[in-house]
Amino acid sequence: MANVQRKIPAPTPTPETEAFWKATADGTFLVRRCTACGKPHWYPRAICPFCMSDKTEWVESKGTGRIYSYSVMRRAAEPYAIAYVTLDEGTTMLTNLVQCDFDALKIGQAVKLVLMPTEGGPPVPCFTPA
Amino acid sequence: MTIKGKAYIAGAYEHPTRKAPDKSLAQLHAEVAIGALADAGLTKDDVDGYFCAGDAPGMGPLSMVDYLNLRVRHVDSTDVGGSSYLLHVAHAAEAIAAGKCRVALITLAGRPRSEGMATGTQPRAGNLAQPDVQFEYPYGVTVANAYAMVAMRHMHEFGTTSEQLAWIKVAASHHAQHNPHAMLRDVVTVADVVNSPMVADPLHRLDCCVISDGGGALLVVAPEVAKSLKRPLVKVIGAGEAPKGQLGGAVDLTYSGARYSGAAAFAEAGVKPSDIKYASIYDSFTITVLMQLEDLGFCAKGEGGKFVADGNLISGVGKLPFNTDGGGLCNNHPANRGGITKVIEAVRQLRGEAHPAVQVRNCDVALAHGTGGLLGTRHGSATLIMERE
Ligand SMILES: [Zn+2]
Repeated sequence: MANVQRKIPAPTPTPETEAFWKATADGTFLVRRCTACGKPHWYPRAICPFCMSDKTEWVESKGTGRIYSYSVMRRAAEPYAIAYVTLDEGTTMLTNLVQCDFDALKIGQAVKLVLMPTEGGPPVPCFTPA
Repeated sequence: MTIKGKAYIAGAYEHPTRKAPDKSLAQLHAEVAIGALADAGLTKDDVDGYFCAGDAPGMGPLSMVDYLNLRVRHVDSTDVGGSSYLLHVAHAAEAIAAGKCRVALITLAGRPRSEGMATGTQPRAGNLAQPDVQFEYPYGVTVANAYAMVAMRHMHEFGTTSEQLAWIKVAASHHAQHNPHAMLRDVVTVADVVNSPMVADPLHRLDCCVISDGGGALLVVAPEVAKSLKRPLVKVIGAGEAPKGQLGGAVDLTYSGARYSGAAAFAEAGVKPSDIKYASIYDSFTITVLMQLEDLGFCAKGEGGKFVADGNLISGVGKLPFNTDGGGLCNNHPANRGGITKVIEAVRQLRGEAHPAVQVRNCDVALAHGTGGLLGTRHGSATLIMERE
Protein backbone atom coordinates (compact mmCIF):
# COMPACT_ATOMS: atom_id res chain seq x y z
CA MET A 1 0.00 0.00 0.00
CA ALA A 2 0.95 3.60 -0.37
CA ASN A 3 2.74 5.57 2.28
CA VAL A 4 1.22 8.28 4.45
CA GLN A 5 -1.51 10.13 2.56
CA ARG A 6 -0.48 13.67 1.73
CA LYS A 7 -2.79 16.35 3.15
CA ILE A 8 -4.92 17.69 0.31
CA PRO A 9 -5.47 21.47 0.25
CA ALA A 10 -9.10 22.61 0.03
CA PRO A 11 -10.39 23.62 -3.39
CA THR A 12 -11.66 27.18 -3.69
CA PRO A 13 -15.11 27.15 -5.33
CA THR A 14 -16.27 29.96 -7.60
CA PRO A 15 -19.91 30.86 -8.40
CA GLU A 16 -19.53 28.63 -11.48
CA THR A 17 -18.60 25.55 -9.46
CA GLU A 18 -20.40 25.85 -6.12
CA ALA A 19 -22.85 23.08 -7.04
CA PHE A 20 -19.98 20.76 -7.94
CA TRP A 21 -18.31 21.14 -4.55
CA LYS A 22 -21.64 20.99 -2.68
CA ALA A 23 -22.20 17.66 -4.43
CA THR A 24 -18.83 16.19 -3.45
CA ALA A 25 -19.59 17.21 0.15
CA ASP A 26 -22.81 15.18 -0.21
CA GLY A 27 -20.90 12.22 -1.65
CA THR A 28 -21.73 12.76 -5.33
CA PHE A 29 -19.36 13.31 -8.26
CA LEU A 30 -20.73 15.47 -11.08
CA VAL A 31 -19.47 16.19 -14.56
CA ARG A 32 -20.62 19.04 -16.75
CA ARG A 33 -22.32 18.22 -20.03
CA CYS A 34 -23.55 20.41 -22.85
CA THR A 35 -27.16 19.86 -23.93
CA ALA A 36 -26.55 21.67 -27.22
CA CYS A 37 -23.72 19.48 -28.57
CA GLY A 38 -24.13 16.60 -26.13
CA LYS A 39 -20.48 16.48 -25.06
CA PRO A 40 -19.17 16.28 -21.51
CA HIS A 41 -16.13 18.42 -20.70
CA TRP A 42 -13.52 18.91 -17.99
CA TYR A 43 -12.88 21.00 -15.88
CA PRO A 44 -16.51 22.04 -15.38
CA ARG A 45 -17.58 25.32 -16.98
CA ALA A 46 -20.84 27.22 -17.45
CA ILE A 47 -19.93 27.68 -21.11
CA CYS A 48 -19.27 24.62 -23.29
CA PRO A 49 -15.63 24.62 -24.50
CA PHE A 50 -16.66 22.81 -27.70
CA CYS A 51 -19.61 24.88 -28.99
CA MET A 52 -19.74 27.87 -26.60
CA SER A 53 -23.34 27.12 -25.70
CA ASP A 54 -24.44 28.16 -22.20
CA LYS A 55 -26.89 25.22 -22.12
CA THR A 56 -24.74 23.10 -19.86
CA GLU A 57 -25.91 20.88 -17.03
CA TRP A 58 -24.59 18.74 -14.18
CA VAL A 59 -24.86 14.98 -14.57
CA GLU A 60 -23.76 12.39 -12.05
CA SER A 61 -20.69 10.47 -13.16
CA LYS A 62 -20.44 6.71 -12.83
CA GLY A 63 -17.07 7.39 -11.23
CA THR A 64 -15.21 4.85 -13.33
CA GLY A 65 -12.49 5.28 -15.88
CA ARG A 66 -8.94 4.43 -16.96
CA ILE A 67 -5.53 5.94 -16.29
CA TYR A 68 -4.42 8.06 -19.29
CA SER A 69 -1.11 9.05 -17.69
CA TYR A 70 0.33 9.48 -14.21
CA SER A 71 3.44 10.38 -12.28
CA VAL A 72 4.47 9.59 -8.73
CA MET A 73 5.96 12.66 -7.08
CA ARG A 74 8.94 11.20 -5.22
CA ARG A 75 10.46 14.49 -4.12
CA ALA A 76 7.81 15.24 -1.49
CA ALA A 77 7.46 14.56 2.23
CA GLU A 78 4.64 12.15 1.43
CA PRO A 79 4.96 10.84 -2.15
CA TYR A 80 1.73 11.06 -4.15
CA ALA A 81 0.49 10.15 -7.61
CA ILE A 82 -1.02 12.71 -9.94
CA ALA A 83 -2.81 11.38 -12.99
CA TYR A 84 -5.07 12.05 -15.89
CA VAL A 85 -8.03 9.68 -15.74
CA THR A 86 -10.33 9.29 -18.73
CA LEU A 87 -13.83 8.82 -17.33
CA ASP A 88 -16.16 6.32 -18.94
CA GLU A 89 -18.28 9.37 -19.84
CA GLY A 90 -15.45 10.26 -22.24
CA THR A 91 -13.72 13.25 -20.68
CA THR A 92 -10.24 13.29 -19.13
CA MET A 93 -9.57 14.89 -15.74
CA LEU A 94 -6.57 15.68 -13.63
CA THR A 95 -6.68 13.86 -10.29
CA ASN A 96 -4.78 11.81 -7.72
CA LEU A 97 -4.46 8.04 -7.55
CA VAL A 98 -4.82 7.05 -3.90
CA GLN A 99 -4.96 4.08 -1.54
CA CYS A 100 -2.80 1.92 -3.80
CA ASP A 101 0.71 0.62 -4.46
CA PHE A 102 2.26 3.39 -6.54
CA ASP A 103 4.81 1.00 -8.02
CA ALA A 104 2.04 -1.17 -9.50
CA LEU A 105 0.23 1.62 -11.39
CA LYS A 106 -0.12 1.29 -15.15
CA ILE A 107 -1.47 3.43 -17.97
CA GLY A 108 -4.76 1.94 -19.15
CA GLN A 109 -5.57 0.50 -15.73
CA ALA A 110 -9.26 0.63 -14.68
CA VAL A 111 -9.93 2.90 -11.71
CA LYS A 112 -12.89 3.95 -9.59
CA LEU A 113 -13.85 7.05 -7.66
CA VAL A 114 -12.81 7.79 -4.08
CA LEU A 115 -13.81 11.15 -2.61
CA MET A 116 -10.85 12.25 -0.53
CA PRO A 117 -11.13 14.70 2.38
CA THR A 118 -9.33 18.03 2.12
CA GLU A 119 -8.02 20.46 4.71
CA GLY A 120 -11.16 22.37 5.68
CA GLY A 121 -12.97 22.14 2.35
CA PRO A 122 -15.20 19.80 0.39
CA PRO A 123 -13.70 16.44 -0.68
CA VAL A 124 -12.02 16.16 -4.08
CA PRO A 125 -12.59 13.35 -6.58
CA CYS A 126 -9.67 10.90 -6.64
CA PHE A 127 -9.34 7.37 -8.00
CA THR A 128 -8.08 4.00 -6.92
CA PRO A 129 -7.56 0.77 -8.92
CA ALA A 130 -10.95 -0.84 -9.60
CA MET B 1 1.93 40.77 -44.61
CA THR B 2 4.93 38.99 -43.19
CA ILE B 3 7.69 39.78 -40.72
CA LYS B 4 10.23 38.05 -42.95
CA GLY B 5 13.21 40.36 -43.27
CA LYS B 6 11.43 43.23 -41.48
CA ALA B 7 13.56 43.13 -38.33
CA TYR B 8 17.02 42.14 -37.12
CA ILE B 9 18.40 41.06 -33.77
CA ALA B 10 21.16 43.60 -33.24
CA GLY B 11 21.90 43.10 -29.56
CA ALA B 12 22.02 40.01 -27.35
CA TYR B 13 23.36 39.70 -23.85
CA GLU B 14 23.27 36.98 -21.20
CA HIS B 15 24.05 38.00 -17.64
CA PRO B 16 27.07 36.05 -16.40
CA THR B 17 25.69 35.65 -12.88
CA ARG B 18 24.01 32.44 -11.78
CA LYS B 19 23.48 33.60 -8.19
CA ALA B 20 22.73 37.21 -7.35
CA PRO B 21 21.75 37.59 -3.68
CA ASP B 22 23.15 41.12 -3.59
CA LYS B 23 21.18 42.52 -6.53
CA SER B 24 17.55 43.53 -6.89
CA LEU B 25 15.29 42.18 -9.61
CA ALA B 26 14.96 45.58 -11.29
CA GLN B 27 18.74 46.01 -11.16
CA LEU B 28 19.24 42.70 -12.98
CA HIS B 29 16.77 43.80 -15.69
CA ALA B 30 18.72 47.05 -16.05
CA GLU B 31 22.09 45.29 -16.18
CA VAL B 32 21.01 43.03 -19.03
CA ALA B 33 19.59 46.05 -20.88
CA ILE B 34 22.99 47.76 -20.57
CA GLY B 35 24.67 44.60 -21.85
CA ALA B 36 22.47 44.30 -24.92
CA LEU B 37 22.83 48.00 -25.79
CA ALA B 38 26.61 47.75 -25.52
CA ASP B 39 26.59 44.61 -27.66
CA ALA B 40 24.61 46.37 -30.39
CA GLY B 41 26.37 49.73 -30.10
CA LEU B 42 23.15 51.56 -29.24
CA THR B 43 22.16 53.77 -26.32
CA LYS B 44 19.17 54.04 -24.03
CA ASP B 45 17.87 56.99 -26.04
CA ASP B 46 17.63 54.82 -29.15
CA VAL B 47 15.10 52.50 -27.47
CA ASP B 48 11.51 53.26 -28.48
CA GLY B 49 9.88 49.91 -27.70
CA TYR B 50 10.01 47.82 -24.52
CA PHE B 51 8.99 44.20 -24.01
CA CYS B 52 8.91 42.14 -20.82
CA ALA B 53 6.89 39.34 -19.22
CA GLY B 54 5.79 38.23 -15.78
CA ASP B 55 9.31 38.08 -14.38
CA ALA B 56 9.56 41.89 -14.52
CA PRO B 57 8.65 43.67 -11.28
CA GLY B 58 5.56 45.86 -11.34
CA MET B 59 2.49 46.13 -13.52
CA GLY B 60 3.40 44.83 -16.96
CA PRO B 61 6.10 47.06 -18.43
CA LEU B 62 5.34 50.12 -16.27
CA SER B 63 7.86 49.76 -13.46
CA MET B 64 10.78 48.82 -15.69
CA VAL B 65 10.04 51.57 -18.22
CA ASP B 66 10.08 53.97 -15.26
CA TYR B 67 13.19 52.45 -13.59
CA LEU B 68 15.12 52.65 -16.87
CA ASN B 69 13.53 56.03 -17.59
CA LEU B 70 12.73 55.04 -21.16
CA ARG B 71 10.68 57.14 -23.51
CA VAL B 72 8.97 54.47 -25.58
CA ARG B 73 6.06 54.49 -28.01
CA HIS B 74 5.34 50.77 -27.98
CA VAL B 75 5.14 48.22 -25.12
CA ASP B 76 4.13 44.57 -24.88
CA SER B 77 4.11 42.41 -21.75
CA THR B 78 2.55 39.25 -23.17
CA ASP B 79 3.29 36.49 -20.68
CA VAL B 80 3.40 32.92 -21.92
CA GLY B 81 5.95 31.76 -19.35
CA GLY B 82 9.40 30.82 -20.57
CA SER B 83 8.35 31.08 -24.21
CA SER B 84 7.46 34.78 -23.82
CA TYR B 85 10.76 36.19 -25.10
CA LEU B 86 10.67 34.29 -28.40
CA LEU B 87 7.17 35.59 -28.90
CA HIS B 88 8.40 39.09 -27.96
CA VAL B 89 10.95 38.97 -30.78
CA ALA B 90 8.13 38.14 -33.19
CA HIS B 91 5.85 40.82 -31.76
CA ALA B 92 8.68 43.34 -31.90
CA ALA B 93 9.26 42.45 -35.56
CA GLU B 94 5.54 42.98 -36.20
CA ALA B 95 5.62 46.34 -34.45
CA ILE B 96 8.72 47.38 -36.41
CA ALA B 97 7.13 46.24 -39.68
CA ALA B 98 4.09 48.36 -38.82
CA GLY B 99 6.23 51.38 -38.02
CA LYS B 100 5.31 51.39 -34.32
CA CYS B 101 8.93 51.31 -33.11
CA ARG B 102 12.48 50.97 -34.48
CA VAL B 103 14.52 49.70 -31.54
CA ALA B 104 12.76 47.23 -29.25
CA LEU B 105 14.37 46.19 -25.98
CA ILE B 106 13.37 42.84 -24.44
CA THR B 107 14.52 41.98 -20.91
CA LEU B 108 14.25 38.97 -18.64
CA ALA B 109 15.69 38.55 -15.16
CA GLY B 110 15.03 36.65 -11.97
CA ARG B 111 16.57 35.37 -8.77
CA PRO B 112 14.76 32.15 -7.86
CA ARG B 113 18.01 30.64 -6.58
CA SER B 114 18.73 33.43 -4.12
CA GLU B 115 15.10 33.42 -3.05
CA GLY B 116 15.31 29.68 -2.34
CA MET B 117 12.25 28.76 -4.36
CA ALA B 118 11.45 25.05 -4.62
CA THR B 119 10.67 25.92 -8.17
CA GLY B 120 9.81 22.67 -9.82
CA THR B 121 8.68 20.42 -7.02
CA GLN B 122 6.37 22.62 -4.94
CA PRO B 123 2.67 22.99 -5.80
CA ARG B 124 1.74 26.66 -6.22
CA ALA B 125 -1.87 27.84 -5.99
CA GLY B 126 -1.43 30.91 -8.16
CA ASN B 127 -4.45 33.09 -8.81
CA LEU B 128 -7.63 31.59 -7.39
CA ALA B 129 -9.71 33.25 -10.11
CA GLN B 130 -7.84 31.09 -12.62
CA PRO B 131 -10.61 28.59 -13.45
CA ASP B 132 -8.40 25.49 -13.43
CA VAL B 133 -6.74 26.10 -10.05
CA GLN B 134 -9.50 24.57 -7.91
CA PHE B 135 -9.36 21.42 -10.06
CA GLU B 136 -5.57 21.10 -10.05
CA TYR B 137 -3.87 22.71 -7.07
CA PRO B 138 -5.43 20.31 -4.50
CA TYR B 139 -3.86 17.40 -6.40
CA GLY B 140 -0.31 18.69 -6.03
CA VAL B 141 0.43 19.59 -9.63
CA THR B 142 4.00 20.89 -9.86
CA VAL B 143 6.18 21.80 -12.78
CA ALA B 144 8.06 18.51 -12.55
CA ASN B 145 5.14 16.09 -12.32
CA ALA B 146 3.15 17.89 -15.02
CA TYR B 147 6.01 17.37 -17.48
CA ALA B 148 6.54 13.87 -16.13
CA MET B 149 3.03 12.81 -17.17
CA VAL B 150 3.90 13.80 -20.73
CA ALA B 151 7.02 11.64 -20.57
CA MET B 152 5.06 8.73 -19.09
CA ARG B 153 2.50 8.84 -21.90
CA HIS B 154 5.23 9.17 -24.54
CA MET B 155 6.94 6.07 -23.18
CA HIS B 156 3.62 4.20 -23.20
CA GLU B 157 2.65 5.18 -26.75
CA PHE B 158 6.02 5.08 -28.48
CA GLY B 159 8.31 2.95 -26.35
CA THR B 160 10.59 5.87 -25.50
CA THR B 161 13.09 5.00 -22.77
CA SER B 162 14.74 6.84 -19.90
CA GLU B 163 18.09 6.13 -21.55
CA GLN B 164 16.97 7.93 -24.72
CA LEU B 165 15.80 10.94 -22.71
CA ALA B 166 19.13 10.89 -20.87
CA TRP B 167 20.98 11.47 -24.15
CA ILE B 168 19.49 14.97 -24.24
CA LYS B 169 21.15 15.83 -20.94
CA VAL B 170 24.37 14.14 -22.03
CA ALA B 171 24.49 16.32 -25.17
CA ALA B 172 23.82 19.50 -23.15
CA SER B 173 26.62 18.59 -20.73
CA HIS B 174 29.06 18.07 -23.60
CA HIS B 175 28.37 21.68 -24.63
CA ALA B 176 28.35 23.13 -21.10
CA GLN B 177 31.91 21.98 -20.43
CA HIS B 178 33.04 24.78 -22.75
CA ASN B 179 30.92 27.51 -21.14
CA PRO B 180 32.75 29.14 -18.20
CA HIS B 181 29.47 30.61 -16.92
CA ALA B 182 27.52 27.33 -16.98
CA MET B 183 26.17 26.16 -13.63
CA LEU B 184 26.94 22.50 -14.38
CA ARG B 185 30.10 21.96 -16.43
CA ASP B 186 30.80 18.29 -15.83
CA VAL B 187 30.17 15.94 -18.72
CA VAL B 188 27.64 13.30 -17.66
CA THR B 189 26.77 9.88 -19.03
CA VAL B 190 23.47 8.15 -19.72
CA ALA B 191 24.11 6.07 -16.59
CA ASP B 192 24.62 9.22 -14.50
CA VAL B 193 21.21 10.49 -15.59
CA VAL B 194 19.19 7.32 -15.11
CA ASN B 195 20.88 6.63 -11.77
CA SER B 196 20.21 10.12 -10.41
CA PRO B 197 17.38 10.33 -7.84
CA MET B 198 13.83 10.10 -9.16
CA VAL B 199 11.98 13.40 -8.87
CA ALA B 200 8.66 12.57 -10.53
CA ASP B 201 8.38 9.26 -12.40
CA PRO B 202 9.88 8.89 -14.99
CA LEU B 203 11.95 12.08 -14.69
CA HIS B 204 15.18 11.91 -12.70
CA ARG B 205 17.01 14.78 -11.14
CA LEU B 206 19.31 15.09 -14.17
CA ASP B 207 16.30 15.18 -16.52
CA CYS B 208 15.48 18.56 -14.93
CA CYS B 209 16.94 21.97 -15.70
CA VAL B 210 18.96 24.05 -13.28
CA ILE B 211 17.52 26.77 -11.04
CA SER B 212 19.56 29.90 -11.57
CA ASP B 213 19.52 33.65 -11.01
CA GLY B 214 20.38 35.87 -13.92
CA GLY B 215 18.79 37.18 -17.06
CA GLY B 216 19.22 38.27 -20.61
CA ALA B 217 18.23 40.95 -23.05
CA LEU B 218 17.71 41.36 -26.77
CA LEU B 219 17.43 44.30 -29.13
CA VAL B 220 15.21 43.84 -32.14
CA VAL B 221 15.69 46.66 -34.63
CA ALA B 222 14.54 47.94 -38.01
CA PRO B 223 16.67 46.94 -41.04
CA GLU B 224 18.16 50.43 -41.50
CA VAL B 225 19.20 50.50 -37.83
CA ALA B 226 20.81 47.05 -38.07
CA LYS B 227 22.72 48.03 -41.19
CA SER B 228 24.07 51.18 -39.52
CA LEU B 229 25.70 49.11 -36.77
CA LYS B 230 28.96 47.18 -36.79
CA ARG B 231 27.53 43.80 -35.74
CA PRO B 232 26.88 40.77 -37.99
CA LEU B 233 23.35 40.87 -39.39
CA VAL B 234 20.91 38.39 -37.87
CA LYS B 235 17.57 38.63 -39.61
CA VAL B 236 14.21 37.37 -38.32
CA ILE B 237 12.62 35.36 -41.12
CA GLY B 238 9.75 33.46 -39.52
CA ALA B 239 7.79 33.07 -36.32
CA GLY B 240 4.85 31.19 -34.92
CA GLU B 241 3.00 31.00 -31.63
CA ALA B 242 0.42 28.57 -30.27
CA PRO B 243 -0.90 28.09 -26.74
CA LYS B 244 -2.23 24.61 -26.00
CA GLY B 245 -4.19 23.28 -23.04
CA GLN B 246 -6.38 20.39 -22.04
CA LEU B 247 -8.71 20.75 -25.03
CA GLY B 248 -11.87 20.82 -22.93
CA GLY B 249 -11.06 17.42 -21.47
CA ALA B 250 -10.04 15.78 -24.77
CA VAL B 251 -6.55 15.68 -23.25
CA ASP B 252 -3.77 14.63 -25.64
CA LEU B 253 -0.28 14.68 -24.16
CA THR B 254 1.36 13.25 -27.27
CA TYR B 255 1.89 16.60 -28.96
CA SER B 256 2.58 20.21 -28.01
CA GLY B 257 1.74 23.62 -29.44
CA ALA B 258 5.03 23.40 -31.34
CA ARG B 259 3.12 21.41 -33.96
CA TYR B 260 1.36 24.66 -34.91
CA SER B 261 3.93 27.33 -34.00
CA GLY B 262 6.67 25.43 -35.82
CA ALA B 263 4.60 24.91 -38.98
CA ALA B 264 3.72 28.61 -39.04
CA ALA B 265 7.34 29.69 -38.55
CA PHE B 266 8.68 27.36 -41.26
CA ALA B 267 5.98 28.48 -43.69
CA GLU B 268 6.75 32.16 -43.11
CA ALA B 269 10.51 31.63 -43.35
CA GLY B 270 10.22 29.43 -46.44
CA VAL B 271 12.65 26.88 -45.03
CA LYS B 272 12.41 23.24 -43.90
CA PRO B 273 13.67 21.52 -40.75
CA SER B 274 16.53 20.08 -42.85
CA ASP B 275 17.70 23.66 -43.58
CA ILE B 276 18.25 24.39 -39.87
CA LYS B 277 21.97 24.28 -39.00
CA TYR B 278 21.53 24.96 -35.29
CA ALA B 279 18.51 24.70 -32.98
CA SER B 280 17.92 26.18 -29.54
CA ILE B 281 15.26 23.92 -28.06
CA TYR B 282 13.63 24.74 -24.73
CA ASP B 283 14.97 22.29 -22.20
CA SER B 284 13.12 22.72 -18.92
CA PHE B 285 13.21 18.91 -18.89
CA THR B 286 14.60 16.33 -21.27
CA ILE B 287 11.06 15.39 -22.35
CA THR B 288 10.41 19.01 -23.38
CA VAL B 289 13.19 18.72 -25.97
CA LEU B 290 11.98 15.38 -27.29
CA MET B 291 8.41 16.60 -27.79
CA GLN B 292 9.50 19.80 -29.53
CA LEU B 293 11.90 18.04 -31.90
CA GLU B 294 9.03 15.82 -33.04
CA ASP B 295 6.45 18.58 -33.23
CA LEU B 296 8.80 20.93 -35.10
CA GLY B 297 9.35 18.19 -37.69
CA PHE B 298 13.00 17.32 -37.07
CA CYS B 299 11.81 13.71 -36.84
CA ALA B 300 8.51 11.87 -37.06
CA LYS B 301 6.13 11.73 -34.08
CA GLY B 302 7.24 8.97 -31.77
CA GLU B 303 10.75 8.81 -33.26
CA GLY B 304 12.23 11.41 -30.89
CA GLY B 305 13.86 8.83 -28.66
CA LYS B 306 15.84 7.35 -31.54
CA PHE B 307 16.61 10.81 -32.91
CA VAL B 308 18.27 12.13 -29.75
CA ALA B 309 20.19 8.95 -28.93
CA ASP B 310 23.88 8.36 -29.55
CA GLY B 311 24.91 11.99 -29.43
CA ASN B 312 22.85 13.23 -32.36
CA LEU B 313 22.36 16.61 -30.62
CA ILE B 314 26.08 17.14 -29.88
CA SER B 315 27.78 19.84 -31.95
CA GLY B 316 30.39 18.36 -34.28
CA VAL B 317 29.09 14.84 -33.64
CA GLY B 318 25.39 14.65 -34.45
CA LYS B 319 23.08 15.89 -37.18
CA LEU B 320 21.31 18.59 -35.17
CA PRO B 321 23.53 20.58 -32.79
CA PHE B 322 21.30 21.99 -30.04
CA ASN B 323 21.74 24.28 -27.02
CA THR B 324 25.47 24.76 -27.49
CA ASP B 325 25.63 26.99 -24.39
CA GLY B 326 24.62 23.99 -22.25
CA GLY B 327 20.97 25.05 -22.26
CA GLY B 328 18.68 25.12 -19.28
CA LEU B 329 19.78 21.62 -18.39
CA CYS B 330 23.36 22.70 -17.63
CA ASN B 331 23.97 26.40 -18.22
CA ASN B 332 21.22 28.73 -17.12
CA HIS B 333 17.44 28.95 -16.61
CA PRO B 334 17.13 32.50 -15.24
CA ALA B 335 13.81 33.35 -13.55
CA ASN B 336 12.72 29.77 -14.34
CA ARG B 337 12.22 31.05 -17.87
CA GLY B 338 14.66 29.92 -20.50
CA GLY B 339 13.29 31.59 -23.61
CA ILE B 340 15.70 34.48 -23.88
CA THR B 341 18.84 32.36 -23.55
CA LYS B 342 17.50 30.25 -26.42
CA VAL B 343 17.50 33.28 -28.71
CA ILE B 344 20.85 34.53 -27.39
CA GLU B 345 22.72 31.30 -28.19
CA ALA B 346 21.10 31.15 -31.64
CA VAL B 347 22.34 34.70 -32.28
CA ARG B 348 25.85 33.72 -31.12
CA GLN B 349 25.79 30.78 -33.53
CA LEU B 350 24.59 32.87 -36.48
CA ARG B 351 27.24 35.52 -35.76
CA GLY B 352 29.94 32.88 -35.44
CA GLU B 353 30.46 33.95 -31.82
CA ALA B 354 29.68 30.67 -30.07
CA HIS B 355 32.53 28.94 -28.24
CA PRO B 356 34.90 27.57 -30.92
CA ALA B 357 34.47 24.05 -29.55
CA VAL B 358 30.73 24.14 -30.27
CA GLN B 359 30.44 26.67 -33.10
CA VAL B 360 28.52 25.16 -36.01
CA ARG B 361 30.32 25.66 -39.30
CA ASN B 362 28.52 27.76 -41.91
CA CYS B 363 25.65 28.41 -39.53
CA ASP B 364 23.37 30.45 -41.77
CA VAL B 365 19.89 29.44 -40.57
CA ALA B 366 18.95 28.76 -36.96
CA LEU B 367 15.77 28.04 -35.04
CA ALA B 368 14.86 28.85 -31.47
CA HIS B 369 11.83 27.38 -29.79
CA GLY B 370 10.25 27.92 -26.40
CA THR B 371 7.69 26.05 -24.32
CA GLY B 372 6.38 28.05 -21.37
CA GLY B 373 4.09 27.05 -18.54
CA LEU B 374 3.34 23.38 -18.00
CA LEU B 375 3.52 21.00 -20.94
CA GLY B 376 1.17 18.62 -19.12
CA THR B 377 -1.61 21.13 -18.40
CA ARG B 378 -1.41 24.35 -20.43
CA HIS B 379 1.57 25.83 -22.17
CA GLY B 380 2.71 28.52 -24.54
CA SER B 381 4.66 27.59 -27.61
CA ALA B 382 6.75 30.01 -29.68
CA THR B 383 9.07 29.34 -32.62
CA LEU B 384 11.52 31.75 -34.20
CA ILE B 385 13.63 31.24 -37.32
CA MET B 386 16.61 33.50 -37.98
CA GLU B 387 19.08 33.87 -40.82
CA ARG B 388 22.56 35.32 -41.09
CA GLU B 389 22.67 37.92 -43.84
ZN1 LIG C 1 -21.44 22.19 -26.52
